[in-house]
Amino acid sequence: MNARRAARALALALGLALCGCTQRQLGHHLTDVSGLVAPLEFHMTDQDGVPVSAASYRGDVVMLYFGYTHCLDACPTTLATLADAIEQLGAQSRRVRVLFVTVDPRRDTEPVLKRYVSDFGPQFVGLRGTDAQLTDMIKRYRVSYHYEKPDASGAYEVDHSSAVFIFGRHGRARLLAQTGAPASVLAADLRHLLART
Amino acid sequence: MRLLSYLLPWQFSPTACAVFALTAALYIRGMAVLRRDSIHVGFWRPFVFFLGLAVNYAVMQTYFDFLAQHMFWIHRLQHLILHHIGPTLLVLSAPVPVLRAGIPGPAWRVLSNPWVSGPIGRLWRALQHPLIAPVIFVGLIYFWLIPSIHFTAMLDQRRYLLMNWSMLIDGILFWWLMLAPREAQGAAAMRYGPRCIILTAVALPQIALGAYIALSSKPLFSIYAICGRAWAISPMLDQQLGGLLTWIPAAMMSAVGAIVVLHHVLAEDRRALTREACAQASAAAGASAGAAA
Repeated sequence: MNARRAARALALALGLALCGCTQRQLGHHLTDVSGLVAPLEFHMTDQDGVPVSAASYRGDVVMLYFGYTHCLDACPTTLATLADAIEQLGAQSRRVRVLFVTVDPRRDTEPVLKRYVSDFGPQFVGLRGTDAQLTDMIKRYRVSYHYEKPDASGAYEVDHSSAVFIFGRHGRARLLAQTGAPASVLAADLRHLLART
Repeated sequence: MRLLSYLLPWQFSPTACAVFALTAALYIRGMAVLRRDSIHVGFWRPFVFFLGLAVNYAVMQTYFDFLAQHMFWIHRLQHLILHHIGPTLLVLSAPVPVLRAGIPGPAWRVLSNPWVSGPIGRLWRALQHPLIAPVIFVGLIYFWLIPSIHFTAMLDQRRYLLMNWSMLIDGILFWWLMLAPREAQGAAAMRYGPRCIILTAVALPQIALGAYIALSSKPLFSIYAICGRAWAISPMLDQQLGGLLTWIPAAMMSAVGAIVVLHHVLAEDRRALTREACAQASAAAGASAGAAA
């Protein structure tokens, strides 16, 4: 009798878990990550050398991406898509920020970062942290990066996450955009997030 | 310095540290209490017990945890340890008498209060039911490997911890039911024959799942590409290695379990034979004494 009751409870728990835990897929390349990913929180320095934190961007919809300026394909492609989406927002684009966190702070000094992000638009912020600040951030967002072997000239590539984490205006994580998310879909979701108070 | 950073927790968990420290402290206290009563537990039992604690701790609270978060096959290795190897070591060390001796009197009185022991006992008996235990054991492996569930478990720290703790706790429950000698299991002891059936029954779905993952021709778990892998490895190789770990060593543990069960059967037989021989000898002695009188 006990066993049957326990089996029923187990089935119920599994059913609930299945309903509650599965990833909610929106469209093709965007996933709802509300309540899954940690809220926006960090301490770093921006491309002008000014210390900034999550509070500096409260009230804006924030897109967080980890990369490096020497990146050949993934970073420029992703950032260009984000720029495209932002352009489609028109006047609303003032309330959107892209935080580009460098995982290669040795080469990505503040002037280098500043030159790089300004190519994509005024909404783009380059963030650079100490080793401890960067480690805190990759632990918090459960992402990773690692350096490849340098070539003869000392140049090296960095393997890094491809996720774009999108936070609402109060700093709560809302969406995760994967490589290949079309700019129009992103723009629609950004509009939706901007409309939420 | 670098070595130290590998040994420190990637993400410090107060719960994990408290649980492991408390368990180790109970065991050490238990050994001291037993020694006062001139009961020595020897070398191997504590050695196997602390080895079991250490491997579980290492995969949860060192740099290994970072690798497990960012490499599918290391995640599978982590679960092989948390769900199979670590619990097996803990159970084989027969730690209950030592841990029991280590529980301070007041704590034991709280635990043996019917209001506390009643619900715990009912939950324990339900989880140790011979039909429920294997379903939970295999069910948890399948559940956390449903791609959409796996995705959220790797993204959300709390779910990740829930996943790992569920594997460790269920591992201890399952292998206790399978591997503990009958006399240690008390009133609801499980017979050895059905244990071998269960060990076989849980191996088959693990083989099927492991083979499915290892032989799958497309990546099943996108999260590792999205959040980044720990080092450069092809996604398919990562998945194949993870599948193989789910398939072969996990299923092998059933064979190891069957050998342990067989050992218990033989030991029980030997004791029964000895008892019989003693009984016959004393009967014969009694008869000859009677004849002499």
